[in-house]
Amino acid sequence: MLFFIEQLLNGFQLGVTLLLMASGLTLIFGIMHLINLAHGSLFMIGAFVGATVMAYTGSFLLALAGGVAASGLVGMALEYTVLRRLYYREHLDQVLATFGMILFFNELVQIVWGRRPLGVDTPSWLSFTVEILPGVAYPAHRLAVIAVGLLVIVGLFFLIMRTRVGMWIRAGASIREMIGALGVNINLLYTLVFGLGACLAGLAGVMASPLMSVQAGMGENILILTFVVIVIGGIGSLRGAVVGAVLVGVADTLGRVYFPALFRLWADPATADAAGASLASMTIYLVMAVVLAVRPQGLFRAHA
Amino acid sequence: MPETNKRATFLTLGVLAFLAILPPVALALDRPYMVTLANRMLVYALAAVALDLVMGYGRMVSFGHAAFLGLGAYTVGILHHHDVMMTPFLFGWAGSNEALLAWPLAMLVAAGYALLVGAISLRTGGVYFIMITLAFAQMVFFFFVSLIAYGGRDGLVMFSRNSVAGTDILGSRVVLYYVCLGCLVAVLAFLVMVVRSRFGRIIEGCRQNEQRMRALGYKPFVYKLTAFVLSGALAGLAGALLANHSEFVSPDFLSWESSGLLMVMVLLGGLSTLVGPIYGALTLFALEEVLVAYTPHWQLVLGPVLILAVLFFKGGLYGWMTGKRTG
Amino acid sequence: MNRLTRSLGTMAVTLGLGVATATAAEPVKIGMVTTLSTGGGYLGEEVRDGFRLAMQQEGGDTLGGVPVELIVEDDGRNPGQGRQIAQRMMQSEGVQIMTGSIFSNVAMAVIPQVVREGVVFISPNAGPSQLAGAQCHENYFNAAWQNNDLHSAMGKYLEDEGYDNVYLLAPNYPAGRDALTGFKRYYEGNIVGETYTQLGQSDFAAEISSVREADPDAVFFFLPGGDGVNFVRQFDDAELTDRFPLFGAAFSFDNTLVQAVGDAARGAFNTSQWSADLDNEANRQFVAAYEEEYGSKPTLYAHQGYDTARLIGSALRAVDGDLSDMEAFREALRAADFDSTRGDFRFNTNQHPIQDIYVREVVEGDDGKLTNRLVAKVIEDHEDAFVGECHL
Repeated sequence: MLFFIEQLLNGFQLGVTLLLMASGLTLIFGIMHLINLAHGSLFMIGAFVGATVMAYTGSFLLALAGGVAASGLVGMALEYTVLRRLYYREHLDQVLATFGMILFFNELVQIVWGRRPLGVDTPSWLSFTVEILPGVAYPAHRLAVIAVGLLVIVGLFFLIMRTRVGMWIRAGASIREMIGALGVNINLLYTLVFGLGACLAGLAGVMASPLMSVQAGMGENILILTFVVIVIGGIGSLRGAVVGAVLVGVADTLGRVYFPALFRLWADPATADAAGASLASMTIYLVMAVVLAVRPQGLFRAHA
Repeated sequence: MPETNKRATFLTLGVLAFLAILPPVALALDRPYMVTLANRMLVYALAAVALDLVMGYGRMVSFGHAAFLGLGAYTVGILHHHDVMMTPFLFGWAGSNEALLAWPLAMLVAAGYALLVGAISLRTGGVYFIMITLAFAQMVFFFFVSLIAYGGRDGLVMFSRNSVAGTDILGSRVVLYYVCLGCLVAVLAFLVMVVRSRFGRIIEGCRQNEQRMRALGYKPFVYKLTAFVLSGALAGLAGALLANHSEFVSPDFLSWESSGLLMVMVLLGGLSTLVGPIYGALTLFALEEVLVAYTPHWQLVLGPVLILAVLFFKGGLYGWMTGKRTG
Repeated sequence: MNRLTRSLGTMAVTLGLGVATATAAEPVKIGMVTTLSTGGGYLGEEVRDGFRLAMQQEGGDTLGGVPVELIVEDDGRNPGQGRQIAQRMMQSEGVQIMTGSIFSNVAMAVIPQVVREGVVFISPNAGPSQLAGAQCHENYFNAAWQNNDLHSAMGKYLEDEGYDNVYLLAPNYPAGRDALTGFKRYYEGNIVGETYTQLGQSDFAAEISSVREADPDAVFFFLPGGDGVNFVRQFDDAELTDRFPLFGAAFSFDNTLVQAVGDAARGAFNTSQWSADLDNEANRQFVAAYEEEYGSKPTLYAHQGYDTARLIGSALRAVDGDLSDMEAFREALRAADFDSTRGDFRFNTNQHPIQDIYVREVVEGDDGKLTNRLVAKVIEDHEDAFVGECHL
């Protein structure tokens, strides 16, 4: 049972990372109708810049600031130069242009940072364990990831639902002309929304960096999982992103632990572990297929 | 536009003639690797042409076509594996290394999966279609990763190419090349006929206005699904050829990058042109080969090229060369 | 511009590629398909650096007094990519000697194809069991070890030291499976858990929880490259290093990895066929030369690259750079007539090494950095378990 709770927490922690990614992606899709494959690249940029700042200053907080700022700036630059030209283009064009960005950024980071992954140390003030339940000591850093992620999401909900800027954003999503008529600079608003999404991706990147190797291509694995999250949740829906992220994070982690155990009942360990891990990965897609077969627009409607 | 048509014919025959004389020229220049490279290009061109049928004519943006390619390749690879290892595959059948059997089966398997994917994903459209096709392709990817008996993540090495009617003529690089070229020409001719037929016009009609087609009494779903399955089967054939070319099958064949690159070939060459994707594949492979000679970071150039192509080069190479704006 | 001209131009450019690069064929070309990217990238870099050091000691571009050209390419730890590169090297460059394989999954896709085409392949690292046994080939040599070897030695060490309950962890790829099979060759205690991870995995939270749950006396793991760095760090973060001591083959505690994980690795025991403080003339000059050239202590990968180059050099010298008679070249390789940095070295009938295996401990070196120190010899003249299955 304790083991199960520990794994559940591991699942939440992956879920929170996915949620930070998914909220940005779904916001951008919900408001600008843009499908942005390069969101994973922004995650990667955040992680790389964060790792570099960390290496030079030794401060995780500065790394966070640096990574988030870098992703935000790169994101806004992309929006300003390329992506805003694609808002009214077909999804095919959006997919291909942002696919091009992935190729570009994966090579770029290899040129700048080399082909070997960077390791990021857990900040020393988070290198301890917390006894969350008797007998279960859980690394503080992972708890911090969960806490920060949840805080950010609450803040995001507040921003969208309770503030004037949020009202503009919601209005801009449905009636673009009207918000223009209100005297709001819609182009600027879109750039800022995109920047916000990019910052969230960067934040996810820096926070996840001590847990994964920071390397070219790291964004794509998480991007595809993020797609699954927002498709299950309903594209454009923040609430859906929350539900989808927790579902995918927990399903993936528990699947990775329990499927191999299940397969070991009749297969040798190597086969069981590979089959179990892959089945765990497949399960997520099966869930997605089932959800879509029943509710083609995902679990939640957009802008809920 | 007779002038444009003349150009189109020239472009089609031109690229095919170029591909036809490539092996003797390359061998005369003592560059055997050119044949290997061009052969890979032919195989991917075939899959890209098949993708153009659904993406260009039906506007079904499939982000998972590599799955059909991979299924075709794995069908050939697995049948070969059992044949060589002399282990039973299904119901006591020990697989086969015979192309005349394995290749149609590869197409059948790919078509079957396309039927399943199409039946579910065609109920939705737009961005959902893109993501569902991607998700189904990822699922097959992980499926093959989990099959340790067939190499899992590391792929399955084949010990030889398929036999054809019991002979091992495919053992020759040049013969395999011309077989692939033959397949490409046949598929191209067939698809040109398809898009010009009543079926093709209905598919295009659905793209332009599905409501109107429905009002006219057609069932768009059935037509689109048929086109999707056909395209999947042809991608499966490309997969069978790819397995023979590489003598190796791997989950990488059906990775999402691979699906993305197929889309890139179609777009670079020219959407809804059928011939265009061949130019697209040719350009992409040539670009890689040239750039790799200068820098291992060739994708640093490809990425921006792609973005610019999307923004400013809508008709692709084919549209540029014929002066015809398509897509 | 006339559109016909344009399209003709496009074709001409494409065709022109074929004649663009012409190469002189004088030096013996050696193709190195190795892993330079991914978390395992440093393994390939160190093998390459060791190999190049041997060339530099002869003045630059020669081995055994024969002019050579070394062509290095990155396989990205991807079997398909490795095959394509090998194909290009053979068809486009006419390479007749190849080396470089780091990861066994790539090796399994590349080596059988290459040796069938008559190219001699000398592996500086990967030694999958199939290629040592049933699929052994006259054109394939391994200058490092068979995959199972070092793990078997660690199994013997833990057996001798009386650890009764061991948890096993390795990635799910040929060498990972070989590692755990190898461990069990001499180990007879309880195996309380056995987990296979994905190669390239970065987050080990689930696996670490499982270790805690199983409560072993010792953890034996094989996670080469970046996987190992992440695992040891996270294991230490979970404050388990003191409760469950970590053991592994040298790959789990090579100098690069040990310095990346820091104190978490201090005091860990690992098995190796080589150590920087191994006392013989060839090794002393190698370690000194490597430090002078690259500014860091060599790892076992660098030693393997260096020995591979020296081995090739000895054979090239014997045939005077003439590869027209491959059997003569192979015969010269089999003789292994060079001073190995590991001391005694000879080839078994399956063309894999017969060599001593030692246990080392991670300690603080004179320079204050963590390094490996030789403790004892575990097995003398070790032969791999598959030589009997090889028809050679």
